[in-house]
Amino acid sequence: MTRRRGSLGGHTHEFADLAGLLAAATPERSGDVLAGVAASSEQERVAAQTVLADLPLTTFLDELVVPYETDEVTRLIIDTHDADAFAPIASLTVGGLRDHLLSPDTDTTALAPGLTPEMVAAVSKLMRVQDLVSVARRTPVVTAFRSTLGLPGTLATRLQPNHPTDDPTGVTASIVDGLLLGCGDAVIGINPATDSPARTTDLLHLVDEVRTRYDIPTQSCVLAHVTTSIEIMERGAPVDLVFQSVAGTQAANEGFGVTLAMLGEAHEAALSLRRGTVGTHCMYFETGQGSALSADAHHGVHQQTLEARAYAVCRAFDPLLVNTVVGFIGPEYLYDGMQITRAGLEDNLCGSLLGVPMGVDVCYTNHAEADADDTDTLLTLLGVAGCSFVICVPGGDDVMLHYQSLSFHDALYARQVLGLSPAPEFAGWLEKMEMLGADGRVREPALDSAAMRALTAGVR
Amino acid sequence: MSGENAPAPVGDDPLAALRASTRARVALGRAGDALPTARLLELRAAHAAARDAVHSPLDADDLAGRIAAELGVPVAHAASAAPSRSEYLRRPDLGRRLADRTELERGEHDVVLVVADGLSPLAVQTHAVPMLAEILARLDGWRVAPVVVATQARVPLGDEIATAVGARSVVVLVGERPGMSSTDSLGLYFTYDARRGRRDSERNCLSNVRPPHGTGYAEAATTLAMLMAEARRLGLSGVSLKADPALPES
Repeated sequence: MTRRRGSLGGHTHEFADLAGLLAAATPERSGDVLAGVAASSEQERVAAQTVLADLPLTTFLDELVVPYETDEVTRLIIDTHDADAFAPIASLTVGGLRDHLLSPDTDTTALAPGLTPEMVAAVSKLMRVQDLVSVARRTPVVTAFRSTLGLPGTLATRLQPNHPTDDPTGVTASIVDGLLLGCGDAVIGINPATDSPARTTDLLHLVDEVRTRYDIPTQSCVLAHVTTSIEIMERGAPVDLVFQSVAGTQAANEGFGVTLAMLGEAHEAALSLRRGTVGTHCMYFETGQGSALSADAHHGVHQQTLEARAYAVCRAFDPLLVNTVVGFIGPEYLYDGMQITRAGLEDNLCGSLLGVPMGVDVCYTNHAEADADDTDTLLTLLGVAGCSFVICVPGGDDVMLHYQSLSFHDALYARQVLGLSPAPEFAGWLEKMEMLGADGRVREPALDSAAMRALTAGVR
Repeated sequence: MSGENAPAPVGDDPLAALRASTRARVALGRAGDALPTARLLELRAAHAAARDAVHSPLDADDLAGRIAAELGVPVAHAASAAPSRSEYLRRPDLGRRLADRTELERGEHDVVLVVADGLSPLAVQTHAVPMLAEILARLDGWRVAPVVVATQARVPLGDEIATAVGARSVVVLVGERPGMSSTDSLGLYFTYDARRGRRDSERNCLSNVRPPHGTGYAEAATTLAMLMAEARRLGLSGVSLKADPALPES
C-alpha cells in the first residue's frame, strides 16, 4: 500500500491506498457515503483529484484495487491488457491522459485494448461534463447483429414492452406502440415477470413472430438469467441475444449467480446459432453503479470504478449492447438528478473508451430527487455524446418495474433536435413501411394507413 | 386525479385495442414529436402522487390512536436513527437501526407487529388498521406484543424492535416504493427468530397488499398466518419456508 498526500486549503490530506485515493477524488455519490469511502470534504475531494492528476498510468498496472489472487475480474483486466496499445500513452499521468484524449489529433478508439477500467475511471474524475461528452463523441463503438449500432449520427432504442404478468396481448400492444413511434432498432427487450424457462421461451417466440411477420431488421431478447438462456438454447428456442446483469467484482457477479466461464459458454452457444444477418455480436449486458455495494462485494472500492470494471467483463464477450441502468436502484446510490446525470455521462464515456457499445437506461425512481426535466437533460447530453442507444417504455412509465425510463416520444425528440437517425437497416424498414417522412422524421400514422392496419392487426 | 391508468375504449380507433390490452401507457398520441398536453399533465399528476407518497410524513400519533381505538390493543412508538426523510433516503443503514433513546418496554412475547412508514407512509395510513385487524384475528396461541408504529423505518428495523421488546418473531407492515401506477402498496415481511443481522433471504414477504387493485387484507393475513404457523413448527423463516407450494417466492 502506498500512502499519498496532497495539500489544499491549508490542510494536508492523506490517502491510504489507491482505492482510497480514487474514492476521495470522485464527485459526490450517496452510495460512496453509504459505503464510508467518500471524501469527507469538498477540499479533500479536490486534493485527491490533484494527487490523481500526477499519478502515472503505469501505477494502475502495479497497484490493484481488488486483489488479483481472489478476483477473476482483476485477473481478466490484467491478463488481457495489451502492452502495444498502451505503449503510446505509457509515459502519461492521469492528467496527461485527459489532455491527450481531448486533443483532436488523438485516435481515442485505438486506445481501448491498452486502457484498464481503473485508468478510464480515474481520468473521468478529472473531467467536466463537456469533457465527458466531447471525448465520448469522438469514440464511437460500432456493433451489429441484424441492425448496425453505434454509427456516428445515429441513436438507437431498446423497446421495453414489460407487462406485470407477461400477458402476450399486453406485451404485443407495447411492441406495436413502440414500432409506430419508430423505436426498437437496438433490441426489443422484455424483462420477464418470472425467470421460468417456459415463460422465457414463450415470450421469445412472441417477439420473433412479430419480427419475422413484418420483416423488422432488429433483434429480440428476454432478459432472463444466463443459465436460463443456455438451457433454452439447447432446446432450440429462438435466442438472438443472451442477456446478463454483470458487475465489477467476482463476488458481486457471484451475487448475480454468474461467472466468467458461464458467460463464455453462453457466448459460444449464441454464436453457434448464427442468427445475425449483418453482424455476429450476440451478447447483451446490463450494469449500474451501486450493484457491488448492494451485494456487499465492493472491497472498499467506490461505485464508479467498480462500474468501469463491469465494462471490462462485458468487452471480453464482444457484446452487441451494454447499458448502465443509471437511476434504477434509488437515492441510496445516486441521490438526485445531478448525481444521476453525471454518473450516466461517466458510464457512457468509460464504456466507450474501453471499446464497449454503451447505451444508457435514463431513469429514476420516485424516491430519488429527480424528474422528467432531469431525464430530458441527460438524454440530450447523451445524444450529443454519441451514446449508442437508450431504453424506452410506453409513456416513460414501466408498469412492471415501477420506475420511470424514457418514453418512445423522448427518442423522437432527441433524434429530431440533434439530427440523429435510427440504425440504418431499421431506418430502411421504416421507409418501407411508409412511416418515415422526407424530413427523416417518424410520421404520425394515419389511422387507416397500411402500416397502422398491419401493425395493430396483431393485437385485435 | 388518481395515478390509475384506466384504458378508455375509442370507437373504431385501431389504437383502442392497444389501450384495452395493457395498463402500460400506450397510444398516447402526439403533439409533434412530444406528448399531447393532456397526457403530459397525466404523467405529471402520477409522478406528483408518487412523490407525495414518499415525502408526506406519517402521522404516527393519529395512526397509533386509530389502532388503539379500533383494535383495542396497546401501541408503542419507535423511531429509526435516520433524523430526517432526506437522510433516510440517502442512508438505508440508519433506517435499519433504532434511535438511541427508545421507549420500548421489554416483555415476554412470541411476536411483535411493526407498522413502518417505509417509502410510502400513505400505504400504512390507508391499509395498516384493517390489515392489522385481519392479522390479529388469526394469531390465536401467539403472545403478541404491543403494536409498534415506527417512523423513518426500513424492514430490518423490525429485528431490533423485536429484540427490544423481547419478541421471538416480527411482522413488519411497510409502505413499498411507490410507482406511478401504484402509490399506496403495502408489503408484509415476516422474520422468525428476529435479531440484528438477519438477511433478506431469512424473511418471507407478501407484497402489493392494496385492495381493491392488489392483494386483499383477508387473503394476505391468511397466507401470513399459514407461514407463521409453519415457521413455528420448523423453527425458521425465509426461502426454505413455504406454507403453500403455490405461494410466490419472496
